[in-house]
Amino acid sequence: MQREDLFEAMARSIIEGEADAAADLARQAIEAGLDPLEAIDHGFVPGIDHVGREFSLENMFLPELVLAGEAMKAAIAVLEPEMQRTGAEREIHGTVVLAAAHGDIHDIGKSLVGTMLSASGFRVFDLGVDVPVEAVVEKVREVNANLVGVSALLTTTMFGQREVIEALIAADIRDRVKVMVGGAPVTPEWAAEIGADGFGEDAARAVSLARELVGA
Amino acid sequence: MQPKLELLAPDLVRRVLDEAFLLLRDHGVKVQSPEAVELLRAAGAKVDEDVVHLAESVVSNALETVPREFHLHDRSGEPKVTYGGDAVHFDPGSSGVHVLDPDTLEHRPSRTVDLVRLVKVAEMLPQIDAQSTAVVCDEIPKEIGDLWRLYAVLMHSTRPIVTGAFSITTLQHMIDMVAIFAGGREALARKPQAVFDVCPSPPLIWSAFGAQNLVELARAGVPAEMVSMPLAGAASPVTLLGSVVQHAAECLSGIAIHQLAKPGSPIVWGGAPAIFDMRKGTTPMGAIETAMIDASYAQVGKSLGLPTHTYLGASDAKVVDAQAGMESGITAVIGALAGINMISGAGMLDFLACQSAEKLVVDAEAIAMAKRLLAGVQPRTETLALELFEGIAFKGEFLKQKATKELFRLEQHVPSKVIDRDSTRGWLQSGGLDTWARAKERTVALLEAYERPELDPAQAAELRGSVERVTKDAGVDEVPELG
Repeated sequence: MQREDLFEAMARSIIEGEADAAADLARQAIEAGLDPLEAIDHGFVPGIDHVGREFSLENMFLPELVLAGEAMKAAIAVLEPEMQRTGAEREIHGTVVLAAAHGDIHDIGKSLVGTMLSASGFRVFDLGVDVPVEAVVEKVREVNANLVGVSALLTTTMFGQREVIEALIAADIRDRVKVMVGGAPVTPEWAAEIGADGFGEDAARAVSLARELVGA
Repeated sequence: MQPKLELLAPDLVRRVLDEAFLLLRDHGVKVQSPEAVELLRAAGAKVDEDVVHLAESVVSNALETVPREFHLHDRSGEPKVTYGGDAVHFDPGSSGVHVLDPDTLEHRPSRTVDLVRLVKVAEMLPQIDAQSTAVVCDEIPKEIGDLWRLYAVLMHSTRPIVTGAFSITTLQHMIDMVAIFAGGREALARKPQAVFDVCPSPPLIWSAFGAQNLVELARAGVPAEMVSMPLAGAASPVTLLGSVVQHAAECLSGIAIHQLAKPGSPIVWGGAPAIFDMRKGTTPMGAIETAMIDASYAQVGKSLGLPTHTYLGASDAKVVDAQAGMESGITAVIGALAGINMISGAGMLDFLACQSAEKLVVDAEAIAMAKRLLAGVQPRTETLALELFEGIAFKGEFLKQKATKELFRLEQHVPSKVIDRDSTRGWLQSGGLDTWARAKERTVALLEAYERPELDPAQAAELRGSVERVTKDAGVDEVPELG
């Protein structure tokens, strides 16, 4: 396959949400001696950009967005070891630690944010649901994150968002990270009250907020 | 399985028909066209001046020759509308005399430019299955008002058309106009592109024009759609069933006239009944009882195996407000569940007097919901759920399943932006618009996206020429421009 054809097939695999095909194409790229960074930037990223655009225009829908994100992950997973081997580093906008607040077991919205952030060039560590504040602090330290996202679907678990911020202050790393909060009951006013750096209305807006917060 | 609403127990359907036959035999039906009276007399009906007493056998013979099914075609000859069985289609309500001005909210007399605007918007709405001659054009002389409307539709649409004539002379011209695009009258009869409404006058009267209209349409082999209009408590019995009986008697006698003129010509069991509002003396189309009469008479027509039509999906509100949405939506769903082949009324306000392109855009959403309901609940996968739980392990990750991506469009109707499903903040950010404002925006967008269909220049010239001739004959020197 010619380079251009390969890039086009890569974009298509993302647009069609075919994780297996995306991984295959990533392997082909390595075998052909292609620079993994180039494969990402010229092959897979145009695909995810297309999906993001179409989603915001309401021409594509959540299932397509999520599968595109999964395909993106599959491709990166193949290419990453090769990048480490060659010492190449993918330019990332930032490293994000995501968690649903302590006591909150709602996963869907937060996972979507994670999918979209990683598709948009962030390195994402999703800690899942019902995450103790200590775990968040620990992960921020471990991966040297510069962004933290805490979600809460219930008014009763919103307070967990404040606890995360307080814990970051107590651990003396609050100034190292930007904190964004989201979830159905969360408002910009609440974000301001608890001292968060921003609030994302939905997954798409969470991505633009994240870019803004890290100056990307 | 197409979900179905049946309001009448089987023995009630039988009783409606029995009483309709008794009405036709004993009370009789007034038929004011000598030619139609002769047809009935020759078939064995007893005639007392212009009152015709019809024996059941005359009607039964006619019922045997009525086509159970026929299609309306688009201009390319593709069958697009099925009259028959439980097929359900929607078209905009016809013959409004006003339009709702979207900027001033005034009900002003409709003009050609308004009709063209309505046709363009309807043409862009996939939920709308056929065009209609939606409003009369105030600036056009009454004598040619009917064919002028048809001309405007033919020039802007390729879809099947629900129309109707105001006189026998113009009826013949209108049939010829549609025939231009079908390749002549015979070809038109083989592949009809329009259906013509014909109205009896309640109670139990076929006017000279109405009866003759039936005769001429039958002879041309062009589908006739009877629009019987019992007005429960005023021009028909106050009971819903009494009105259903009257509807049946009017339509059965119409079928007799029609089939005697030419057996086998297509005809539709249709109507636009209403209850009579006892406070205001008005004819509410959005009343639940109006919809109940419609569903009931449709069930009676179906029991005879006939194609059906009704007027639902309209509202009596004066603006596109909550009442408009509620009445139009509820009655559209009732008509759909009743399996009525053609449901006219979308876009209409004010007892069918006022058309609104913006309301048509809102109604299209209710029609889409009704059509989704009709598609029913269907198994899409081999197991209903078991295979979808593979790998789920208590995680809400169905969004990541291929099946979700592949099946959600089948399972979920995705509405246009007229329907708001945003979060409160998202809604506020996009302007905090209500349904009306969103419908106005979408109407503008649809009009911008509309492209006039390419007409064969020879056919267009022939159409223009025939309209010019008739217009001159009617004493109008210059044919006005369209739109």
